[in-house]
Amino acid sequence: MTQSVVVQVGQCGNQVGCRFWDLALREHAAVNKKGIYDEALSSFFRNVDTRSGDNGLDIYKGKICSLKARALLIDMEEGVVNEILQGPLRDVFDSKQLITDVSGSGNNWAVGHKIYGCQYRENIVEKLRKAAEHCDCLQCFFIIHSMGGGTGSGLGTFVLNLLEEEFPEVYRFVTSVYPSGEDDVITSPYNSVLAMKELNEHADCVLPIENESLFEIVNKIHQMISSGKLGSTVKQNSLVTSSTGGAKTLQEKPFDAMNNIVANLLLNLTSSARFEGSLNMDLNEISMNLVPFPRLHYLVSSLTPLYTLADVNVPSRRLDQMFSDAFSRDHQLIQADPKHSLYLACALLVRGNVQVSDLRRNIERLKPSLHFVSWNQEGWKTGLCSVPPVGHSHSLLALANNTCVKPTFIELKDRFMKLYKKKAHLHHYLQIDGMEQSCFSEAISSLSDLIEEYNELDATKGGPRIDPSRLKIAV
Amino acid sequence: MSIVTVQLGQCGNQIGHEVFSALCSDIHGTHGLCSKKENESYRDSCKERFFSEEESGVPAARAVLVDMEPKVISQTLSRAARSGLWKYNSHSHFCQKQGSGNNWANGHCVHGPRHKEAIMELVQKEAEKCERLGGFFTIMSMAGGTGSGLGAFVTQCLRDAFPTSFLLNHVVWPYGTGEVIVQNYNSVLTLSHLYHSSDALLVHENDVIHKICARLMNIKQISFRDVNRVIAHQLGSVFQPAHTAGGGSGYSRNPLGDLLEPLVPHPEFRLLGLRNIPQMAESSLAFSTFSWPGLLKHLRQILIAKAHMEEGIDWQVRPPQPGSSIPSTNKPLHFNTSIANLVILRGKDVHSVDLGSFQDPSLYTSWLNPQDAFNAWKTPRAFNKYEKSAALVSNSQFLLKPLDSIVGKAWNMFASKAYLHQYTKFGIQEEDFLDCFTTLEQVISSYTNL
Repeated sequence: MTQSVVVQVGQCGNQVGCRFWDLALREHAAVNKKGIYDEALSSFFRNVDTRSGDNGLDIYKGKICSLKARALLIDMEEGVVNEILQGPLRDVFDSKQLITDVSGSGNNWAVGHKIYGCQYRENIVEKLRKAAEHCDCLQCFFIIHSMGGGTGSGLGTFVLNLLEEEFPEVYRFVTSVYPSGEDDVITSPYNSVLAMKELNEHADCVLPIENESLFEIVNKIHQMISSGKLGSTVKQNSLVTSSTGGAKTLQEKPFDAMNNIVANLLLNLTSSARFEGSLNMDLNEISMNLVPFPRLHYLVSSLTPLYTLADVNVPSRRLDQMFSDAFSRDHQLIQADPKHSLYLACALLVRGNVQVSDLRRNIERLKPSLHFVSWNQEGWKTGLCSVPPVGHSHSLLALANNTCVKPTFIELKDRFMKLYKKKAHLHHYLQIDGMEQSCFSEAISSLSDLIEEYNELDATKGGPRIDPSRLKIAV
Repeated sequence: MSIVTVQLGQCGNQIGHEVFSALCSDIHGTHGLCSKKENESYRDSCKERFFSEEESGVPAARAVLVDMEPKVISQTLSRAARSGLWKYNSHSHFCQKQGSGNNWANGHCVHGPRHKEAIMELVQKEAEKCERLGGFFTIMSMAGGTGSGLGAFVTQCLRDAFPTSFLLNHVVWPYGTGEVIVQNYNSVLTLSHLYHSSDALLVHENDVIHKICARLMNIKQISFRDVNRVIAHQLGSVFQPAHTAGGGSGYSRNPLGDLLEPLVPHPEFRLLGLRNIPQMAESSLAFSTFSWPGLLKHLRQILIAKAHMEEGIDWQVRPPQPGSSIPSTNKPLHFNTSIANLVILRGKDVHSVDLGSFQDPSLYTSWLNPQDAFNAWKTPRAFNKYEKSAALVSNSQFLLKPLDSIVGKAWNMFASKAYLHQYTKFGIQEEDFLDCFTTLEQVISSYTNL
C-alpha cells in the first residue's frame, strides 16, 4: 500500500484541507469499526505512540493509538492554522507539521513565491523530508491552494517546484481553487496567471475548482431540500456538502459546505487506492490515462450524487441518473460544459454497489452524446471501489480531460491583460527581488500556448475523420 | 506431468484464483457420471497437474502469484484459504507496494528487471516441486501495466530459464471501451513481445465473455467475478484431464505438449481462441438435455462462422466448395479458415460421437493435412455439472478482427503521438513501438492470407 502527503498552503488551502481531514476521519471511522490501524488508514494517517514522548514512534500494526495526518500546513498568517489547532482536529497535527508567519503575502504572488519561498525553503524541505520518511512507499503529494491570493498561489507553486526537485518520482496532484470574476482581490489575475505557468510546468495533474461552481452546487442542494420536492427525507450525512458525523462541533462556517465538496472530491479520487475493489485504480493510473500530452493535465471533475434520499430502494434508474448527472453542466466543479466540448480522455471512478455491467451500460448510453478526439474515440478509464462514501450506497467521480477548461483560462487571460496593458499594480511585484517584467511576459505566453494547444484540438472537432494509413507489410 | 501457473497483475490473480477453484470444485463434485475408477484417475491426474500435496492434507496450487501492488494478492490468498478445499503456498507470492500505473513500460522496463531475481526464484522453487515439469501457464491481461508489461518480461525470463519447456500464455483481451485508455498501446506491446517468447497465446475477450454472462448465464448485474468464472470454466474444460486419440487408456500425461504441438504447427500462427458448448445458468441445467450431434453441429457452425457463442450464429456461412483450391480472396465472406483445431468432449457416450464434420478439408488452410490439423480428446467424466459438454480450441481467424481493430486504434493514437511521453519516460521509444506494430501487421497479414 502506498501513502500520500497533503500540503495545504494559504488560507483557502488550509480551510479546504481541514475539511478533508475531518471527512477522511469520518470515512475511515465508518469503514474501520474495530479501531485497528489498517493499510487503508495508513495511506493518509500515521499511527503514533505519543506516550513515548515528543518524538512519537510509528506503530504499524494493531490498535489505533494516536492518528497523525500525513500533512504539512503552510500559511504566512496565523489565523486559520491557529484556529485548526484550537479546534477538534488539533490532535491530528503536531507543531512539527506547521509553517506559519505573521505578516501574510498581501495578495502578492511574488511575495509568496520569491520572498517567503527563499526564506522558508530549508524549513519546508526539512518538513517534507520528515513526512516522506514516515512513509513506507510515498506515491503522491496533494497540494491544496488557491490561485488568486499571495500565499497559496505564490508559495503553493514554490512548494510544487520544490517537490519536483526533491522528490522527482513522486506524483504531484494539485487542487487549485480559481478566483471568480467578481473576486475582491484586484491582483488575482496576476497571481493566477503567474501560478498557472508553474502548474503548466511542474504538476502531474491539476484539478481546477471554481468558487462559483461550488457556490451554485451548495445553493442547488439547499433549494432541493427546502423545496420539499424530493418527497422523501434526505440522509443528512450523504450531502456532498455535509459535515454531519465529523468531528466539527463548532458552528459551521459559510465556506464549510463549499469546502466539503472539494474534500469529497479528494476522498473519492483516492478511494480506490485505499480500499478494495474489483477494478482497482491507483493514483499513478490517473495521469497515465488522462494526460496524453504533458501540459494538458487539467482535469475537470464532477461529483454525483449530491445527496442520497433516505429510502432504501435504489432503482437502477437512479443509478443511471448518477451517470447522466456527472456529465451535466451544473455538476462540474468549474464553470464548464464538457458535453459541448471535446474530450481527450475521461475517467469514471465508481464507489459502492456498482458492477462492471452498470458501467458498460452507461458508457454505451452516454457515448453518443459526447465528442471524443479522433485518436481516442474510446478514451474511457474506469475504476470500481467496493467501499461507498459515508451515507451512500454508491457514488461517482468523473474526471474529464476536456477542452471545456479553455474558457476559464481565456477569461483569466483577458482579466490579466486588462490590468497588464495599463501596467496597473505592476510595481508591487517588480520591486521584489527576482521579479522582472519578463516573469509576466513568460507567464502570459505560457498560458497563451496552453490555450492554443486546446484550440488546435478543438479545431479537429466535427471535421472529417481521416485515419492515418497503416504500415504496409510485404507479403 | 505438472504445470506451473504464473498469475500476473490484478486480472491474472483474480482469474487464476477462479481457475483453481473451478478445477477443485469439479474434482470434488458428485456429478462425474462415470465409473469410480475413471473418476479417481481423473482426480489424480488433475491433482498431479495443478496441485501439490501438503502435509496439512489441503492441496496447494502449483502457482506463483505476482503483482506490484498488495491488495489483490492478499485478497486472493485469503479467499483460497477460506475455501478449505485448496490453498496457495504461503511463500509463493511476490508483491510490491506500488502498482505499474497502467504503464506497460513501467512494468516491463522498471519492475521487471528490478524484481527478476525474486520472481524467478519463486518460479524455480515451484518448478522443483514438480516430479515432472510439463511447462508453464501464465495468466495476465493485456490492458494494464503489471500483467501486460511485467507479464511480457516474465514470459521472456521463463523462456530463457526453461528453453525447452512448453509455455502457454493466457491473455485477457480488454473490453473495446472503458477499462484503460492506453490499453491499445499496452496490448500492442504485449502481443508483439509474447509472439517472440511464448509458444502460444490463448485469448479470452472480455466483451465476448460479458455477452455470455448476459445472454447465456442470464446474469443481470454482471461483475468481474462473473466474467472471471466463465473464463475459469472454459479453461477448466480444456485443462481437466482427457484421453488423447492415440494415448491408450490412461489420461494424457503431457497436457501442454499435447495441446500445443498439434495446434501450433507453424511459428507465425500462435493465436488460440476458445469456445464452449453448452453454457448456461446452473439453475437451467437440470431442465436441459443435449444430444452430441446437436452440440457438435452448433460448435462447428460457431467455428466456421466465427461466432462467439451458441446464440446468434450465422447459419448462412458455408465452407468454400470442395475441389476449388483457389486463393483466399475467393473464399466466402465471413468464413473462418483454420490452421488447426482441437475438440474436447466430456461426459456421457463420448466414445460413440462422430467428429467427421470437423475433419472436412475445406475448413483448413491448404498447406496442412486435415488429419494432422484436427485432434480430439475425450473423457466419459462429465465436467462441472454438464452431462455433456464440448470445448473447441482453435488456431484460426477467430482473433483476426479483434487484433486488426486493436492495432488500428493504437496506430491512430500513435500517429498523433498522444501518450508517448508516458512510455519514453521509462525507456520505450518510438522505434520500439514501430517494431511492435511491424510484428503485428505481419501476424495480421499472415492470418488474413490463410
